[in-house]
Amino acid sequence: MIPLLIYIAIFIAAFFIVTKVVQKAVPADYTSLKTVTFGDESAVRPNRAAGIISILTIFLMWGIFTGSNLLPGFLHAPGPFEGTTTFTYTAEANGETDDAEVTVIVHPREVETNTPEVDPGDGFAKNDGAKVAQWRTGLINVDRNDDLTKSDGAQVVAINGEAIAPGETVYIDGGSVTLSDKGTPNFEPTRGWQMEPLYLPAPEEVWTRTITIASEGFRNFTLVEHLGYSLFRVIVGFLIGALVGIPLGYAMGLSNWFRGWFDPIVEFMRPVPPLALIPLVIIWAGIGETGKIILLFLAALWIMAIAARAGVSGVKISKVHAAYSLGASKWQIMRHVIIPNSLPEIFTGARVAMGVCWGTVVAAELVAAEQGAGMMIMTASKFQNTDIVIMGIILIGVIGFGIDMLMRWAERILVPWKGKG
Amino acid sequence: MTGLSIQNLSMRFELPNGGAVQALQDVSLDLKEGELLSVLGPSGCGKTTLLNIVAGFLAPTEGKLIMNGHEVHGPDAERGMVFQQGALFEWMSVRENVAFGPSMKGMPKGEKAEIVDHLLDVVGLQDFKEKAIYELSGGMQQRVALARCLANDPDVILMDEPLGALDALTREKMQSLVLKLWKETGKTIILITHSVEEALLLGERLIVMAPRPGRIHTEYRLPFAELGVGADLREVKKHPDFGPKREEILSMIWDMEEEIMGRTEDAA
Repeated sequence: MIPLLIYIAIFIAAFFIVTKVVQKAVPADYTSLKTVTFGDESAVRPNRAAGIISILTIFLMWGIFTGSNLLPGFLHAPGPFEGTTTFTYTAEANGETDDAEVTVIVHPREVETNTPEVDPGDGFAKNDGAKVAQWRTGLINVDRNDDLTKSDGAQVVAINGEAIAPGETVYIDGGSVTLSDKGTPNFEPTRGWQMEPLYLPAPEEVWTRTITIASEGFRNFTLVEHLGYSLFRVIVGFLIGALVGIPLGYAMGLSNWFRGWFDPIVEFMRPVPPLALIPLVIIWAGIGETGKIILLFLAALWIMAIAARAGVSGVKISKVHAAYSLGASKWQIMRHVIIPNSLPEIFTGARVAMGVCWGTVVAAELVAAEQGAGMMIMTASKFQNTDIVIMGIILIGVIGFGIDMLMRWAERILVPWKGKG
Repeated sequence: MTGLSIQNLSMRFELPNGGAVQALQDVSLDLKEGELLSVLGPSGCGKTTLLNIVAGFLAPTEGKLIMNGHEVHGPDAERGMVFQQGALFEWMSVRENVAFGPSMKGMPKGEKAEIVDHLLDVVGLQDFKEKAIYELSGGMQQRVALARCLANDPDVILMDEPLGALDALTREKMQSLVLKLWKETGKTIILITHSVEEALLLGERLIVMAPRPGRIHTEYRLPFAELGVGADLREVKKHPDFGPKREEILSMIWDMEEEIMGRTEDAA
């Protein structure tokens, strides 16, 4: 809740600062006269400053709630309690009461600490020492060293002088003490507002881990090899899919018989998510490269076939007529009119197919693989290496984005006439 | 025998609901080499169907088409076509578009380049040779379409409302260009148009077609095309016969349109 409010606050503050103060000097153009812009692309363009601030905000929020070293300390959300705290408990046995002090050391999980040595003190209740890791709770068997223990009928009746019964909680410095059903105090240190590294490590930890894995590797393969395997599968699967799918699509766009024969198959396979094929492909081809490539081939095949079919069917009849009346033969029309005319559609299909393939390969590697981006994050999650999981997710996103950028660039170079016919 | 002879053409389209439309009925027409014919008529009178049959894109249900002494079956380079818009190949440059016909025939490079250069000069697009089609304005695109058609040196040029999508000024310039090309090349031209003025200006012969079934209603022989060659078309429009002819044809087409409307209202 609090992170969401902070996020909204940054959004609103940045909006006013950037649009009203910084960019105020820009004279209002006609766009400002359009009170409503229904998806008019010329009217609504992404604000560059907003984009940069948006990305910075995400990292800022990440840093704030993980206590990142990259941020000055005053920006951190309150962290978990660390250090030593004490509370007293009052034990009652056979009508007598006695107080004793418990000293608790709260330590970060990765730091080993010894239980503090304490002077037992006098009375039948003796002083205790205990250690609890941050974000954990600890049952403290305070009667363990007492002269009168639970088996003698001793009971904890108060913490820091406040009366307590099983199930009730008393707040103390640095945490809270809850009496368990069996009457044992359970100490829970204050968690603060930060995320536990197990759930979300700080950005710099993810970065250091990336460097380590890049140089030392993960599970017998370097980072580049993991990502390279995933990319290799995508490219090979996509290429075979395109190599089969495009001619199939052309045949379907040009021949009634092919259209009739393959339409039911293509239309049936198109809505089947490639992920649903993973179990079958594993049964048929195992978890090796063949299975992955078959899966990606199937993911790309239908998309490419449908794109090529649409490209052929979408040719303006006047272009074909024009070519005929200019003396072109059927084959020449195929080569000089139908194929170039279908390229924009095929490129759109290829972009979609590459995106689907990338998603599918990660999913397939999550299920079963010996190397690859998906396998890396799945294995890391089993060992609670959240930093590797986050690193993997970021890299998968960056590569997916890169693939799309590359496809768009190729599209601009190779089919500049797209959308201008 | 040179020229084009349309003999008793009829065209029936069977509709999926079992009905049929008689798009053309018993249309006959003889065109001598070098004649400029414009075809006018209300929508649905079958003028585009007629042109598509002449081009060879449609086979008539009855009748035949004789071109230079042989019967026409299917499209051929001897009958070039200029479309309204969007029939250029946008993946090719202006030069490649104009060179399309010669390339398909496998003409040698040098000869091809000569033809292309000459025609780009004629239509005034020499400076736009290497430009992409989508970089040109609508009027320039139609000039490319004309040049592409001429590059193939067809005997007959069929024009399906080639200037229909252009603005008034560009249209007037293009009308002059069509007249100039007609005179210089001596081609037989059939031009379909919606504009009565254009039909008068660009028709040595003019036929007005009537709808349902599509047929030739009236034929005119006009002096304006000859007068318009090398002259300002606005001057031609001042000719004492021009205004009356325009009014006569306009009211003829109006009557046809009203008849259609009346008929559909009766049906409703």
